[in-house]
Amino acid sequence: MYTDREILETIDMVSHQHLDVRTITMGISLFDCITDDRRRLCDKIYDKIMRKAENIVRIGNDISNEIGVPIVNKRISVTPISLITAASGGHMEVIRTLDRAADEIGIDFLGGYSALVHKAMTPYEREFINSIPEALSTTKKICSSVNVATSKAGINMDAVRMMGRIVKECARLTKDQDSLACAKFVVFANAVEDNPFMTGAFLGPGEDDAVINVGVSGPGVVKRALENVKGDLTEVAECIKQTAFKITRVGQLVAAEASRRLGVSSGIVDLSLAPTPVVGDSVAHILEEIGLECVGACGTTATLALLNDAVKKGGIMASGHVGGLSGAFIPVSEDAGMINGAEKGALTLEKLEAMTAVCSVGLDMIAIPGDTHEDVISALIADEIAIGVVNTKTTAVRVIPVYGKSEGEYAEFGGLLGRAPIMHISKYSPSAFIARGGRIPAPLHSNKN
Amino acid sequence: MKAIVSVIGKDTRGIIAKVSTKLYEMDINIENISQTIMQDYFTMIMAVDCSECKLKFSGISEELSKLGQEMGLEIHIQLQSIFDSMHQIATNTRKL
Repeated sequence: MYTDREILETIDMVSHQHLDVRTITMGISLFDCITDDRRRLCDKIYDKIMRKAENIVRIGNDISNEIGVPIVNKRISVTPISLITAASGGHMEVIRTLDRAADEIGIDFLGGYSALVHKAMTPYEREFINSIPEALSTTKKICSSVNVATSKAGINMDAVRMMGRIVKECARLTKDQDSLACAKFVVFANAVEDNPFMTGAFLGPGEDDAVINVGVSGPGVVKRALENVKGDLTEVAECIKQTAFKITRVGQLVAAEASRRLGVSSGIVDLSLAPTPVVGDSVAHILEEIGLECVGACGTTATLALLNDAVKKGGIMASGHVGGLSGAFIPVSEDAGMINGAEKGALTLEKLEAMTAVCSVGLDMIAIPGDTHEDVISALIADEIAIGVVNTKTTAVRVIPVYGKSEGEYAEFGGLLGRAPIMHISKYSPSAFIARGGRIPAPLHSNKN
Repeated sequence: MKAIVSVIGKDTRGIIAKVSTKLYEMDINIENISQTIMQDYFTMIMAVDCSECKLKFSGISEELSKLGQEMGLEIHIQLQSIFDSMHQIATNTRKL
């Protein structure tokens, strides 16, 4: 049995340290909905989503109530829509259907308006990708992603070139909301098929018919645990591992129970430290607790590498199947400590790029001036994607060129998306590089230096 | 269904009496109690069995937090499996 102290520790984690299960995400395969009749396709998609996920919100709330840990989001991810609509077209009709289903079920977000074009793209996929800005600017809950590279295929630079334009178009179409549509769109290298976190969630082709994936969180819990560690970095790593174990066990419990009650298979637990803008729920503050004056200082990449690795080591034993993105997230707008670092000028875009080489995901929720040229955005994406491809890891870019605003101003999104100071980005032109197009060949996987 | 009731707050007369009466009224059996007082703060942990209780778990939870509000205390009830999961290495996490 456990002690009273351990019981109180759990209660304190929830009441004062923001321990929560960030999301239960039901992945739903839409392959069996494919037909060449658009109307029938939409009917089948709607029926399947409602049939599988109708009760996800109620069941999520029930479990949350019984174990006394908040489950913040209930979400759905689906098979990349570009694969489902390839025979029929009609992606705009499908997105209205998805939006309606999401609304009726009462989930927070639905991900999977996505395309996998890491080597090349079909004419239909090109048409599909061009529809993303309209899709995101005319819906509330739909999220979109495009995988433009893998370590095995290299980088599809034709797709990367398109991404700059798509991001700018998303920004323009939602100019009245500080270019909010950009916050619902992410560009990936080595995208994972079982990610429960938005914006990048979709259900990959290798997955089950319906599956529950759970994302845990709890940067505040790690920070609090570290406050009592006065020893060296080995002790710091040990403390993070032990805390990550406990947090992940909560996710494992929720995953097993949610999948049982919903009658679908249990997928993975994603043991990411996902911050929110609330005070006491910041990844940056963990790095500062380890010993930095401010995130962005020299030492940021090293402390983040320690944190990311220890989270994985602690969490991996706590769950039968760990997957998704698993690591520390470093979104700027969603983390009070990161916002502070960016405001002070301690945290720059270049430092953020270095940080992404050692943690999960990538350049996330970064606001840049609205007049940034689309080729600069494409080249920023290419840089980040190259880090993922060469290091055989997932990287991503979710960047917001805030329409009509410039460096030093703020993008205000509210809620979990937070607010972002608009950061400096190099204005030197990469246009000739981007205009070349083609593919960056897959990197060598031996002779690594 | 095994659960843990935790009561935290300023020490006053009758805490144990009132909480255990409420549990009795809901047909919840108390299997173990421990309590400590630290710097005027009262902490009581009760291991309980709710299998005879007619109320839904959310109903029990509401009743207890209502009592907590009346008495100026924090009263939580959580299924035992959350503590099993977090604080034991070997655990059956398949069922709540």
